Amino acid sequence: MKLTPTQYLGSLLLPLMFLSVPASAQEQVKIGLVAALSGDSALSGESITRGMTVAIDEINAKGGVLGGKKLVLVRRDDESNPAKGQLAARELIEKEKVAVVFGGIDTPVSMSLINVMSELKTPYMGVWAAGTAITNNNKNPNYMFRVSAVDERVDAGMLKYAQDKFKSKRPGSMLVNNPWGDSNMKGLEKAAAALNITLAGQEKYNTNDMDTTAQLTRLKNAGADSIILVGNTGVAAQVMKSLERMNWNVPVVSHWGISGGRFDELAGPRYKDVVFVQTYSFFGKQSPVGEKVIAELKKRYPEIKGANDIVAPVGTANAYDATMLAALAINKAGSTNGEKIREAFYEIPEYKGLIKTYKKPFSAESQDALTDRDYIWVHFVGNAAVPVN
Amino acid sequence: MISLDVLIAGLATGSIYGLLALGYHITFVVSNTVNFSLGATLMFGAVLFYELHTRIGLDIFLAVPLVLLMSGLLGIIVERFFVRPFCQNNSVSWLLSTIAFGIILENIVRFTFGQEPRSVPMPSIAEPIRIFNAGIYPIEFIIPAVGISVALILWLLSKKTIVGRALLAAAQNRDAAILQGINVKKLIILAYVVSTALAGLAGMLIAPKLNVSAGMGTLIGLKAFAAAIIGGILSAPGCLIAGIGYGVFESIVAAQLPSAFREILGFGLLIFILIFKPNGLFGKKGVYKV
Repeated sequence: MKLTPTQYLGSLLLPLMFLSVPASAQEQVKIGLVAALSGDSALSGESITRGMTVAIDEINAKGGVLGGKKLVLVRRDDESNPAKGQLAARELIEKEKVAVVFGGIDTPVSMSLINVMSELKTPYMGVWAAGTAITNNNKNPNYMFRVSAVDERVDAGMLKYAQDKFKSKRPGSMLVNNPWGDSNMKGLEKAAAALNITLAGQEKYNTNDMDTTAQLTRLKNAGADSIILVGNTGVAAQVMKSLERMNWNVPVVSHWGISGGRFDELAGPRYKDVVFVQTYSFFGKQSPVGEKVIAELKKRYPEIKGANDIVAPVGTANAYDATMLAALAINKAGSTNGEKIREAFYEIPEYKGLIKTYKKPFSAESQDALTDRDYIWVHFVGNAAVPVN
Repeated sequence: MISLDVLIAGLATGSIYGLLALGYHITFVVSNTVNFSLGATLMFGAVLFYELHTRIGLDIFLAVPLVLLMSGLLGIIVERFFVRPFCQNNSVSWLLSTIAFGIILENIVRFTFGQEPRSVPMPSIAEPIRIFNAGIYPIEFIIPAVGISVALILWLLSKKTIVGRALLAAAQNRDAAILQGINVKKLIILAYVVSTALAGLAGMLIAPKLNVSAGMGTLIGLKAFAAAIIGGILSAPGCLIAGIGYGVFESIVAAQLPSAFREILGFGLLIFILIFKPNGLFGKKGVYKV
């Protein structure tokens, strides 16, 4: 058939049809964050975002991933609610097509994502929630990775710290009544047996408890000479207020749930007596990576003038390294295919990170990049988490 | 053996429930409606008090009346837009609409005040007083004292003032009150203003102890309503006594058993009492015209 000049010219325009796909969609790789961006732990979501953002900026400045594609962060607020977290993760994977979903502070939310990530074959990267079973689940293949503390290892660490620094012989634990608290209850029992320590007792408290004097009194009567505290800021603050009310001057060693909010404001004058675990501190002498990250944070967030202003620092530090490791895995996989990225996590070469130098950080036997040798112990001075001595 | 601090803490919480329960009572007796957003109004009072007194630094003698005024204004808004339109059409949709108002208010506060809980430091919560080895905060004495005083003042006003007697008259027989020339419409507005002012007061009282957050009022509002039902919503003394009793009961349960039992036994008690006393412990049978 002979084309008219108009038809001929028109046909030249046909290839332009395929350029109707937005240029940005072709040139970017999305990673998702499902975290508490509101509620008691809102600061934790913001601190994770900052760590990821600084890492993403650095990665994009060096050319991005997969041969020039920009890494882009898409966030969703789980409101510390597992059901909302699941919906958010699904939406991020199925609609936004994120390559990896990063998680937030809440263990119950992360636990609820194990099945979702397996079903949708997309890797999860935890940067805060420390529930042991998040990565130590019975899924094969296991899509859950983490650059963060692990409850089991923290529990042993807290007991050892109470024993070494406070000469505690009968620690008692106060645990928030949720899956995270349960995870630590088991971890503390196991660690106490391994360390030959007798626990005075393990008490639970609810998130809406105005007063925890009853539970603390039972521990005191059982001879507790230190308190192992597990809970997020708002609820742990009530424990400290109850100790103040009881006038019980007992050392308190805490998991890091208290670092995700305004503990100094909510917990009363005893807030500074609590020693808690961290994976990183921006105080003191920094490595070149540390100095670089602080400089980038100051540039991006002008209210940050120094380490003092880096609120909830562990989220920022974990998220920074985790994002870098995820980018390495994406590049190694050569695609945004979830199964390939998962396999690629096992093949990450050495990486000089912020928290440490990672050498083969992930394997099928351990999908947790950090060990208890990487932990440090801090206390609050104002809202700054400063290493003890 | 119940320790003194458990008892006092229970009296304090119970007084908060009692104040809100009185709020439910006042609007119900005058208009047969209940303002289910009282829990959110308590939160509003607490948040406003935090903003005016703690954050801006306004003197407490200015902040308190301002909070009471604003809380009272909320009552006018609720009555005019969320209750009256439905009552005028003989509909019970005011039930859902006041719940909706509470949810709207909570989310407006979430959006403006923010999501994080904030503390309201006050001298009354700074250091506990030691009595027989128990640590009791001064605020835990202040709350029941204020609660009972306010209830007594309201009772006196209802007996000794014309407006108070008009309210009682409207409560007993609305049609007769209208025939006597009593402006029942204005009385209903007044009832709503008093109920929300009581909730705002309760919010200010509990704020130093609880920490202030957008979601702080929901469960309190629900428990106060349970107390109003237990006490008999038609009886003012019943509502107050039941509120205080509920708080003490909760405190004792939490001291003896894991705190999860607090809600289980508290609401379980509500159902148990209603089985044997359907109008509540002090309630009177409502009159239904057929």
